[in-house]
Order: sequence, then structure tokens, then C-alpha cells
Amino acid sequence: MEVLLDVRGLRTQFHTSAGVIRAVDGVSWDVRKGETVALVGESGCGKSVSALSVMRLVAAPAGRIVGGEIIFKGRNLLALPEEEMRRIRGRDIGMIFQEPMTSLNPVLTIGRQLTETLETHLGMTSAQAQARAVELLSLVGIPDGARRLRQFPHQFSGGMRQRIMIAMALSCDPALILADEPTTALDVTIQAQILELMKGLSRRLGVAILMITHNLGVVARYADRVNVMYAGKIVERATARELYANPRHPYTLGLLRSVPRLDEPRRAKLQPIPGQPPDLSRLPVGCSFAPRCAYAIDRCREQEPPLDTVTIDHVSACWLAKDLPAPVPA
Amino acid sequence: MSRTGEETMAQRDGHSLEPILDVRNLVKHFQVGGGLFGGRPAVVKAVDGVSFQIRRGETLGLVGESGCGKTTTGRCILRLETPTSGEVVFEGRDLATLSERELRAMRRRMQVIFQDPYSSLNPRMTVGQIIAEPLSVHRIVPDRAARAARVQELLSHAGLLPAMAHRYPHELSGGQRQRVGIARALAMEPSLIVCDEPVSALDVSIQAQIINLLEELQAEFGLTYLFVAHDLSVVRHISDLVAVMYLGKIVEITDRKSLYEDPQHPYTKALLSAVPIPDPAVEAGREHVVLGGEVPSALNPPSGCVFHPRCPIAVAECRTTVPELREIRPTHRAACIRL
Repeated sequence: MEVLLDVRGLRTQFHTSAGVIRAVDGVSWDVRKGETVALVGESGCGKSVSALSVMRLVAAPAGRIVGGEIIFKGRNLLALPEEEMRRIRGRDIGMIFQEPMTSLNPVLTIGRQLTETLETHLGMTSAQAQARAVELLSLVGIPDGARRLRQFPHQFSGGMRQRIMIAMALSCDPALILADEPTTALDVTIQAQILELMKGLSRRLGVAILMITHNLGVVARYADRVNVMYAGKIVERATARELYANPRHPYTLGLLRSVPRLDEPRRAKLQPIPGQPPDLSRLPVGCSFAPRCAYAIDRCREQEPPLDTVTIDHVSACWLAKDLPAPVPA
Repeated sequence: MSRTGEETMAQRDGHSLEPILDVRNLVKHFQVGGGLFGGRPAVVKAVDGVSFQIRRGETLGLVGESGCGKTTTGRCILRLETPTSGEVVFEGRDLATLSERELRAMRRRMQVIFQDPYSSLNPRMTVGQIIAEPLSVHRIVPDRAARAARVQELLSHAGLLPAMAHRYPHELSGGQRQRVGIARALAMEPSLIVCDEPVSALDVSIQAQIINLLEELQAEFGLTYLFVAHDLSVVRHISDLVAVMYLGKIVEITDRKSLYEDPQHPYTKALLSAVPIPDPAVEAGREHVVLGGEVPSALNPPSGCVFHPRCPIAVAECRTTVPELREIRPTHRAACIRL
């Protein structure tokens, strides 16, 4: 399928008093038309910074994209003048964040916030924008749109606010939506509603989704392909089915083993990954995961493993990728 | 009520089967509004008649979505809130009948671990000072040198290196901070710990570390846990008993095995179905009950069964009849007239 977004060798750094933090360190991934791709990892692994880099919204001056290309529909976003980039944000690429309350303006009505995008990006008249806004609300499952448009964000529940964010992200018919932990702040029954909604809309409208999350269950249910990130790098990538059935990186394996599963007999003890995620300003030589890895050999502490092919459509950055045990715990 | 074939702590240690904690018809109402601009104050029924018992050495998981009253229930037990009515009997004594002094002594026996360890640790104190403070305030270890030794011991119980005593909270990772919170709770030598979402702010790989630690400490010190959480997979792992709350009420309560293998209440079923399984092959073949609507406001709860507006099996009678939490079979109770 046609590649929509192609991120190549992206490097984003933050300059802090503690030194240079390589938040995203030479990362390549892509999203094809209409598919859902997940970026999975724990806090500080660089998944959110990757998405912000695509939008060129990394907070300057501390944060800077220092290398790589971001090819979207054939154009390198990193080379575009700011004015053109502004047209891409919100029109060609929509965004949904974890906490909708902080991304919605509390003093403007929902209607104003929805129509503003439509008028700015699509040049609609106010009446056209109003009609489209009602349509968008109904698309995301909010009935009685004409009345709801006159209300303010605080008059909506968390789940409803996330629906509004989805409506805004969809308003200009984008080809891609970046969803950063879209359901993490929501209750489990509401999370299910929102994810089903996103999946349905993605299928119906053919929108591709980049889903950033730490939740392996959400990824399993909704992603076509998965990139696992650790310490600023992608350590494994495969189709969702392949990744869960045949993880070829000890970090992925560790994540899958550490979560209790409702569909399996209860284990006497959980198997955590030992240790802590590394300090990004002081990464070890060799593989960043080696200090926590049960399989590490001397080579891992000396040489950084490249992201290498395991099987077709499956890559892993591990010297022992082909020799790891099966995911089922002993 | 046994853990994977083993006996529970209570049985193993030959403790009496008397509950260590007996919560009877606990009610907590909050008044909101009214005041300056007149108007009638409204009442939020945060906890509306909750009863359960926990035996020594066991863990009761209290699950539900935000606003269901699970945290308020925990706070009432700890007496951080004064219940509107009902009884909390802890180690045989009704907390409401205790004097201030007796209550203070009793409180040592029940400790709490919070979701966000960062906001519950004083940023200006070192880890050592944080753990030592209750030891000196409550005169548990009045001698300085002995206190320092006790701090080291507590750090090691919590899986932290001795050098951690000199660090400040901001220098620690989330998992390490939660370990400090656990060490501080242990300092009081409690018998009951209310764990309020203790792992939900932590990364997946760290969650398992903390859960294992909590289980080890339970076995070592015979601790009893009230484990308040929204993550049903985690609750299944750690609990002997599970109570599901919805809008201030317990809708189902039973042992872990029955709840997860044979859930009765439609809300419990929907909750379990909403949890995605981290395996695409399993997910593809799973049927999902996606509940419509949202949790109604506790300010204005629905009539009859509070769950009826979202319930897939509700009938007309559910709108008028408040279901009793009744025995479906021995040790398994649910509040639904359709069962």
C-alpha cells in the first residue's frame, strides 16, 4: 500500500542543564494509507516527541529536530516554510491528545472552536462551517449538535470532550491523525467507546492513525503494525499479530510478560523487567536495554545492535533476536 | 478464596477467621452548592451503603470507574473523611466510638499508599528523613541511631539501596518513589494498608515490580490490603476478594475466582469485556460488550437500579426497584433483579 508518512532517521534533542537529551535518536518508521500504526513504549521513550516532531511542534529553544526527514505526501515537512506547515497541521494531519481539557480553549464555545478550523483551513462561510460542525458532532456520536455547539468544554464529560477532539481532528478530512494516548485519561468503558469510534471512523473515512500508547492491550486490539520504542530508538517493528506471537526483542518480550492477562490463568508471580529506564542524557555504551536484559552478552555492552530483519516485515535491534525464547513464560 | 490452590495467609497462619476490617452500611454524602448565593445545596451520594469484610492477611480489590466512590470508601475507612453513617470496625473496634487519642493510636495500624507518590512525598526532605519522620513523631523509635538503622531496614524491605536515604524525591523515578511511599507506610508497622491506585501512574515494566513487592511484604508481615484500582487485570492478580462499585454502591462482591470466571452483574461483565487483551489473535475472536452512555452524575443518580440506563438487560422494573445486594450463591453476591 502507498506510504503516506515516511519518517527517516529522525533525531530530536533537548538541550538542558543536565546535558543533551537524545529524545528521538535516529528513528525511521512509516504509515501507509488508511492503516493504524502504533508507537508503543514507556514514559520518556520518545514516542510523544516523535509525533510532535512530525507536526514540528517540539518546544524551542530547548528542543530541536537535528536530523532526518519527514516525508508526507511526497514533501519533506522539515524543509517547509512555517506558513505552509501551518496549513498542514489540522488540515492534512489532525491531532488528538491525552487530556482533551487542556487542548480545548475553556472560554470559547465548542462551536467556535470547531468552526474556526473550518473557516481558516477550508475557507467555509460561517453558515457552512456551522452546518459541517453539526455533522461532525453527529459523526462522533454527539446528538443534538446545534445546541451542543453553544456549550463550553467544561459542560462536557471527559469522554464527550475526547469525542469533540476527534471531531476537530477530522474536520478538514485529514489523511492522517496523530493520536497521543487518546484514551489513557478515560475510564475503561469510555475508553472502549472512543477506540471503537476511532476504528470505525478510520475504516469508513480511510484515515490513517498513528496511535501513541503504552497500553499493550489497546495496541493488540486496534493496531495493524507496531513500533516498539525504548530510550529514543525503535527496538522492534512488526505487524501486530507477528509482534505478539513472536516478539524478537527482549524488551518487547519483557513488556508482554510483565502484564497480567485476563484470558490466562493467574500466575503466582508477575515477571517484571528489572531495573529502571535509562537516563537519556547518560546512555550506556552498546544496547540501551542491556543493563535490564536477562539475555545480554558481552557484545551487547560493547556494540549497539542495528535494527535488523528477522523475517519479512519484522525487524529487531538485538544481537540475539533469532535466539530468544517464545513469549509464553516458563 | 484461595490463591492458585494455596491457602490464604489467614488459613496458613491459623489466624481466626474474624475479619480485621468490617465495613457496615457505610454512607458518605457530600453537600455541594448552596452557600453564598442561596439556592438549595445538593447532595452527592459518594458512598451509599457499602458493606464488606476483609480477613487478616487477605486482599480485597475495590474496582470501579472514576467517581464510583472507591477512593472515598478508602478515605472513610482511614477516617480521612468522617462517614455520614455506617460503621467501620477495625481490629474489633468501631472507629466512630474512639476518642481522638485512641483514634490516633489506631491510625498507626492502618496506612495508605497513594497513586502519585510524588505529590505525597515532601520535596524538601531526603528519603531518609521522610521515612524517619513518622518513627520520631509517633515515638516508635525515639533513639536517633536506632532510627537510622530502622530506616535502612525499611529501605531494604522496599527494595531500595541504602544510599537512597540521602536522595530527594525529585531525583527518583516513579517506581522508586512508590517504594519510598511503601517504606514510609511500613514504618508504622500497620496491619492494614489501603492501596489507592498504587501502580496506575507507573510504567508497565515497573508496575509488576511494585505488585510483586506488595505481595512479598504481605506474606512477610501478614499485611491486609484494601486495593483500590480501576485496572481489572491487576486487581485479579493481587486480590483474594473483589468488590465492584458503581455510583456509590457495591454491585457485585465475591472471591476472585468467581468474579473473573463467572461474573454475574451486567456491569461487571461489561467492565471485563472492555479490557483489551494484549494479544491480537485473542482479540480478533473476542466479543465486546461496549456499554453505551456514560456514568451518570452522582448528584442526580437514576431511579431504581443506578445502572439501568446503560444496562443491556434492563427491564421496566429496573427503573423503579432498587436491587438489593443478595446472595446469588454462597459467597457470591450481586445487586441485580434480573439474576
